[in-house]
Amino acid sequence: MATVVSVSDGGIIVGKPKWRPLENEGNLALLLLLPTVALLLMFIAYPFVRGILLAVTNSKVGVIGDFVGFENFARLLKDPIFHAVVYNTFLYTFVTTVFKLILGLWLALLLNRDFKFKAFTRAFILLPFIVPTVLACFAWKWMFDPTFSVINWMLFKLGIVAAGAGVNWLGDGDMAMLSIMIVNIWRGVPFFAISLMAGLQTISPDLGEAAAIDGAKPLQRFWYITWPLLMPVTMVVVLFSVIQTFSDFQIVYVMTGGGPANATHLFATYAYQLGIGTGLLSQGAAVSLAMFPLLFAIVIFQLMYIRRVETR
Amino acid sequence: MIEGAIWRRWVFFRLPMAIFLIFLLFPFYWMIITTFRPDGELYIPWYRANYKPFWTWNPTTAHLKYLFGETTFAIWMWNTTFIAVVATAISLFCGVLAGYALSRLNFRGAALLGTTIFVTYLVPQTLLFIPLSEIIRAYSLGDTPWSLILSYPTFLIPFCTWLMMGYFKSVPKELEECARIDGATRWQAMLYIIIPVAVPGILSAMIFAFTLSWNEFIYALVFLSSPEQKTVPVGVISELVRGDVFFWGPLMAGALFGSIPVAIAYSFFVEQYVSGVTGSVKG
Repeated sequence: MATVVSVSDGGIIVGKPKWRPLENEGNLALLLLLPTVALLLMFIAYPFVRGILLAVTNSKVGVIGDFVGFENFARLLKDPIFHAVVYNTFLYTFVTTVFKLILGLWLALLLNRDFKFKAFTRAFILLPFIVPTVLACFAWKWMFDPTFSVINWMLFKLGIVAAGAGVNWLGDGDMAMLSIMIVNIWRGVPFFAISLMAGLQTISPDLGEAAAIDGAKPLQRFWYITWPLLMPVTMVVVLFSVIQTFSDFQIVYVMTGGGPANATHLFATYAYQLGIGTGLLSQGAAVSLAMFPLLFAIVIFQLMYIRRVETR
Repeated sequence: MIEGAIWRRWVFFRLPMAIFLIFLLFPFYWMIITTFRPDGELYIPWYRANYKPFWTWNPTTAHLKYLFGETTFAIWMWNTTFIAVVATAISLFCGVLAGYALSRLNFRGAALLGTTIFVTYLVPQTLLFIPLSEIIRAYSLGDTPWSLILSYPTFLIPFCTWLMMGYFKSVPKELEECARIDGATRWQAMLYIIIPVAVPGILSAMIFAFTLSWNEFIYALVFLSSPEQKTVPVGVISELVRGDVFFWGPLMAGALFGSIPVAIAYSFFVEQYVSGVTGSVKG
């Protein structure tokens, strides 16, 4: 800020009323928010509008299409692969979220105790969540390899499978779905555990102790004290995870590519295959946008929930 | 804290913890062991008697030599670092300023704008990648690092803003008021008083944004095409897999070395990262 100072007759320095537009909160806020709003308009709002425009035309790569209304969406309703995609995505999201919540909560309860190397353990547990998913998926794909699978070796040594009759992890439709679920759970459990552990730490141990003195068993203490108090954090973590899982791409793209026979295609991988793989931009954009209603519903639900918790 | 008989400690704590740790960390062990195992030992079917999975007595650096000598892996590493650093810097700059404005200033539409940014935070990349690829092409940014440097902030800025809003709210208002009474302008109070106090929050946002952009995949997959422009995840998948043939040794070496920079960055800032994870869900 340039400071304007004038010297008056008596030699006393008097500040003139200065022009300081940034002292106005509205102006300062406008300036501070400008870069963010500009980038978000250019790379989120504009693509979103373009996406809708693409979805109601018949554009292909390099060909600007004509307006076709809801034809792309009508075609999806009749597309058996799209039906499989919807089923797969809901199944995948539901099963993995349930397991991530149960296992994550369990791990959070374990981590919430005092034990040696606690900080160390916690740091290592987050690794699946921080390393690039694509790269970790390659390790899983290698572990699931039909001929060289170390997991089959373990099952073989445990006497669960016979030599030469191992589990065909990625080659069979149902097993492939199970495999990508395992990888998703593997990646998501650390996030659930660390977030829920942070939630657990905000619950005063006095409550549990008071209940214990009154004769509550550990399971009762968990169910009537810990779980209800943990609910706000749980809700947010679950909703985040549902959004991420529902729109998942990387795990399926690396592990199965949507196969075998479309058994593991999700919205995002099918959209990629149509839009980028085959060059049918409009149809791909329509598949992507088909995710929107559910995502929108989750976001509205989340906003309402946060507001309710905040005003309580 | 852990009370009761020894067997209880084993059943309710040590055993489940050990199983969790094995489940979560085994893939990393597998990456490391595969990286240093010679091909002759790698390709033995699992039911053969000589399948010795957990150790090798003949470690080799052949896969590493292949990775760094025969592929452009080193260039991918550099590309990924460059893109992640610049995208993180842009996002921090925008996110800190926006977070300050939304949490500390009263102006019309503040609540609405805050909600909008929260909503964009939840927009997954897979919703917009097709129209965005068209736009990137229209701006002639395709196959350049700038396509990613400019598009990554779309998911990083909302995150940084959200995290910083939470952080700024925890800084007492009196601090700023004191500075204002002493004659600081709003701008000065923000720059010299509030932002320095918020450095731990900025570090959280930084480490989180860096790992997010290092790990991003679908935009990089769609926007980049030539091998020397690619980032690590895209380069590994497109250059180390030839049709149905997987070069598992170099692949695992690539997975290992592609994970090391984030793991190192993370190890320096574990606490900030953890508070970033938890801050991102607490709001």
